[in-house]
Amino acid sequence: MDAILIQILNGLDKGSAYALIALGLTLIFGTLGVVNFAHGALFMIGAFCAVTLQKILTISVTTIDPERTDFLGNPLKVQTPYVENWFGPEIGATIVDWAVPLAILLAIPVMILVGFAMERGLIKHFYKRPHADQILVTFGLAIVLQEIIKYFYGANPIPTPAPSTFRGSLDIGVWLGFDPFTIIYPYWRLVYFFFAGTIIAAVFAFLQFTTFGMVVRAGMADRETVGLLGIDIDRRFTLMFGLAAAVAGLAGVMYTPILSPNYHMGMDFLVLSFVVVVVGGMGSLPGAVLAGFLLGILQSFASMNEVKSLLPGIDQIIIYLVAIVILLTRPRGLMGRRGVMED
Amino acid sequence: MLGLERKDTYLMLAVAFITLFAPIILNPFPAGSALAQFNAGYPDLMQRFVIFGIFAIGFNILFGLTGYLSFGHAAFLGIGSYSAVWMFKLLSMNVIPAILLSIVMAGLFALVIGFVSLRRSGIYFSILTLAFAQMSYNLAYSVLTPVTNGETGLQISLNDPRILDGPSNGGLPVTSLFGAEMRDSTTLFVGPWSWDFSVGYYVCAALMLLAFYLSVRIFRSPFGMMLRAVKSNQQRMNYTGLNTRPYTLAAFVISGMYAGLAGGLLAAMDPLAGADRMQWTASGEVVLMTILGGAGTLIGPVLGAGFIKYFENIFSKINDGILHQWFAFMPDGLENVMVTLIHPFIGKGWHLTLGIMFMLVVIFLPGGLVEGAQRTGRLFRRRDRNAGHVESDAARQRAAAE
Amino acid sequence: MRRQNFSRRGLLKTGAVGGAGLALPTIFTSRASAFTNEPTGSSVTLGFNVPLTGAYADEGADELRALELAVEHLNGGGDGGMLQTFSSQALDGTGILGKKVEYVTGDDQTKSDVARATAQSMIQKDGAVMITGGSSSGTAIAVQGLCQEAGVIFMAGLTHSNDTTGKDRKANGFRHFFNAYMSAQALAPVLQGLYGTDRKAYHLTADYTWGWTQEESIAAATEAMGWQTTEKVRTPLGAGDFSSYIAPVLNSGADVLVLNHYGGDMVNSLTQAVQFGLRDRQANGKDFQIVVPLYSELMARGAGQAIKGIPGSQNWDWKLEDAGTQAFVKSFGEKYGFPPSQAAHTCYVQTLLYADAVARAGDFNPCAVVEALEGYEFDGLGNGPTLYRADDHQCFKDVVVVKGAESPQDEFHLVEIVEVTPTEQVTYPHDHPMFAGGALGECNPGA
Repeated sequence: MDAILIQILNGLDKGSAYALIALGLTLIFGTLGVVNFAHGALFMIGAFCAVTLQKILTISVTTIDPERTDFLGNPLKVQTPYVENWFGPEIGATIVDWAVPLAILLAIPVMILVGFAMERGLIKHFYKRPHADQILVTFGLAIVLQEIIKYFYGANPIPTPAPSTFRGSLDIGVWLGFDPFTIIYPYWRLVYFFFAGTIIAAVFAFLQFTTFGMVVRAGMADRETVGLLGIDIDRRFTLMFGLAAAVAGLAGVMYTPILSPNYHMGMDFLVLSFVVVVVGGMGSLPGAVLAGFLLGILQSFASMNEVKSLLPGIDQIIIYLVAIVILLTRPRGLMGRRGVMED
Repeated sequence: MLGLERKDTYLMLAVAFITLFAPIILNPFPAGSALAQFNAGYPDLMQRFVIFGIFAIGFNILFGLTGYLSFGHAAFLGIGSYSAVWMFKLLSMNVIPAILLSIVMAGLFALVIGFVSLRRSGIYFSILTLAFAQMSYNLAYSVLTPVTNGETGLQISLNDPRILDGPSNGGLPVTSLFGAEMRDSTTLFVGPWSWDFSVGYYVCAALMLLAFYLSVRIFRSPFGMMLRAVKSNQQRMNYTGLNTRPYTLAAFVISGMYAGLAGGLLAAMDPLAGADRMQWTASGEVVLMTILGGAGTLIGPVLGAGFIKYFENIFSKINDGILHQWFAFMPDGLENVMVTLIHPFIGKGWHLTLGIMFMLVVIFLPGGLVEGAQRTGRLFRRRDRNAGHVESDAARQRAAAE
Repeated sequence: MRRQNFSRRGLLKTGAVGGAGLALPTIFTSRASAFTNEPTGSSVTLGFNVPLTGAYADEGADELRALELAVEHLNGGGDGGMLQTFSSQALDGTGILGKKVEYVTGDDQTKSDVARATAQSMIQKDGAVMITGGSSSGTAIAVQGLCQEAGVIFMAGLTHSNDTTGKDRKANGFRHFFNAYMSAQALAPVLQGLYGTDRKAYHLTADYTWGWTQEESIAAATEAMGWQTTEKVRTPLGAGDFSSYIAPVLNSGADVLVLNHYGGDMVNSLTQAVQFGLRDRQANGKDFQIVVPLYSELMARGAGQAIKGIPGSQNWDWKLEDAGTQAFVKSFGEKYGFPPSQAAHTCYVQTLLYADAVARAGDFNPCAVVEALEGYEFDGLGNGPTLYRADDHQCFKDVVVVKGAESPQDEFHLVEIVEVTPTEQVTYPHDHPMFAGGALGECNPGA
């Protein structure tokens, strides 16, 4: 029982990452009708916002310590971050420690700008082009973006720890009446789960309760008619692209303490997020979220020893197996509409 | 000729000519000169050009004609390779049985996967094929290691039975076609130039010409017309009471067999089959080749395949040392500036250059390289013919395209 | 328009025939050569096949730096590096046998297929007589097989699987790097000293060949000293989030977690295991421990805080104090500004060893090189006295046991040396069951 509970927790956590990425992907597809293969790259850029902020905060003043030597026998250069000089060592260290959550503030404007630039500079010209062209051009863009990141940050993962406050883990089992230490869960993963929930709720509320959201939803349903009504749908769609980029970016920022960012993390998530979107049903926002959590939980269950000993290698293929079964039994995914992306 | 229209005959002849003289055409720079870096006329790469050409031609029969975008075609390539290597291990080093088995096995898998996947269309079809291919890749890499030798790749070894060949004499046996070894080659030295003519390449080239000929025949056949009709409007086809599924399934199986042939040839040229060949990026690569060259055109996929393989093998090998050689004639300061400017795009940055090229081609040449060639051709024609004629020509083409 | 095309092609044909006719006197086919790519000019070409893209691009870049340094030293440039400390003095800084050393580079992408293609192009196009580099056992074994068929020498780079010199050993291939079995033999006594003999180990293993051989080696070595292995769980390569594999460890009854992961997988699984609080836990009345049998300084950097106090093994570390290491660290550090990684070291040493073998044999012929390297004993290349065993072409030398530093002075001191395990302790018979099933075959000079 406790083993199952803990895998549900794991699944929810994985699922919230899948759901956030798939949500952005669906927003772009649903509003603009564009298949965005660079969405994984947006997630990656978000993660590197955290890395960048961490680097900025640790820009250091170099002093030479003649007492100690470096590996070549020269006097050691000691690096002290400027923030520690300005705010004193303790507050400075705390600011550096909180780099990941602080990076949210950096990521929102950066991601919205990146989103605008992408939409205005590139995607705009591809609305009328076949999906294959969209895939190819955004795939090219994804490669370019990740190679730029690699040029500046190298290929190895970069550690981006959570603030020390969130570094421990919480004994959830005790609350639920289990023995101590049976169900333990890291604080940061709980933070990530609630963060993802908040973002998802905010996006839905935004689309549901604002005029802007209403227009966008109308545009998703029938773009031409909304355009005929004299509403400038293009400008709103640009904003939606920025919003989708920001969602992907925030998912990336907050995920960094769980998964040390490297330049190809976007590609690793890309296939998976497409599977999630399709299982959920193309263009359906609730579908994307539902499928994200569903696949996360199923993947966690498949990794259990009991399941693996029954079906060796099942954890390697579970996602694809589920996708095949769902697509064959529910032709348009869990919550898809008829006629979307079927030609 | 051979049941082809005149235009197609010319195309066929041109392709045959280029393929036969590829060892010369691809080595335009004298060996040892600074530009020899850009020579591509060595057997391994030429073989890859034609093999991936076959792969892309086959993919184009499915995607170019029916519009069904498969994201899992690399699986058939991998299955072809594994079957071929197993044939080398068990039966004989002769390439014929290996290639036959790889085509048959790939065809069988394509039949099953196609039968299931073709129940859906659009992106749902793409994801289904992707899912099948990724499952094959993940399993081949880990659980199926007894069959596939996992990460290391399946190789021939001294202890293999090879029923027809008998025991080998010390060294590892070599793949051959009735005694003609695949890796045999003759080098022709003409002045400073050197050209390699290898047996393996000409075996691949002959099969590619055959594959190309078949694809031309398919494109021009009533069956090809039917597939094109599926692409333009499947619903209308269904309303006329026609079941399109057998046609698309046939196209899927044919293109799967092309992929199997390509995989078998890869193994015949170099008897190793790695799971990496089945990864989704490999499937993506053939999509890129086809679209880059010009989907739905006859020659486009081959061009795209050559383009990408050239990048992968030639651009990635340029390093800073070579750059310094190129710009050695410049003053030191300027030399360093040039090297610094170009550095991010070559060697370990070849992915970046490739990404930029994709984007440029897709943005400015939606029809791929073939459209680029047509435009250039039109540009030249404009000089000696009146402009009106060219415009009407272009308009006609556009109308035909739409 | 069509006619025009046709005549253009006709023109081309005539031109080609005419050109061939004119050039005919200078045509001759197939030069006589004793072996593949026999260097006939004033230079010799080596092939450096390293990952420049993909997850191991940083390792590849470091290997390339070291290889370029080796070429510089062989050609008499720089301060000579390990050439000064090498026990053999056959190399005099005039290249190899008086031929200037040149090199070509290629991107193996850490995929066995691609590695084979780039190596093939180095052999066929650039005339390389030796291939080195690489950052995985998959590529090493694939390229080693190719070199055997083509008749060139393969000096393996970073490859840790037992199979490279075990069931997939080849006469033309040589490995300086250590292997999983040696890791286990070196690590086991240290683990016993640190954590005692009564432990229960839980293995998380990357689900492919290298992971399995390491799991097998470590389990065997730890079981021999009294540990129990409670569970061996395979994880998909590149899983990213390992939480669903780590969470069950807590209640499994185990008190040691062994992570048979490498690269990004290792960074992620270790970081996440620490996040799950494994190291703050008690199990069976003892402190819970994590062991990572193979890791490098580069990975330690990726893991950050999590690596502190984690024991592991290395082929070599720049903090060793012998003369060879110091000479190498000095010339590498002065050229690039940071100390070399173990991947860089093994590639540098392999290149020197190849050049030295050619010089001693007085011949570039692969078979002469194989003969010169087989059973060769040397010193001064950073690991103490070393033997290239003739039976399986594996180097036998000291192994370094390390652990993550508690308070590193800078990013180059993330790991500290715990112990240098002497050669005898890691030596095994060449027909040990974990290495059985292979045969070197005969050396192949090609051509």
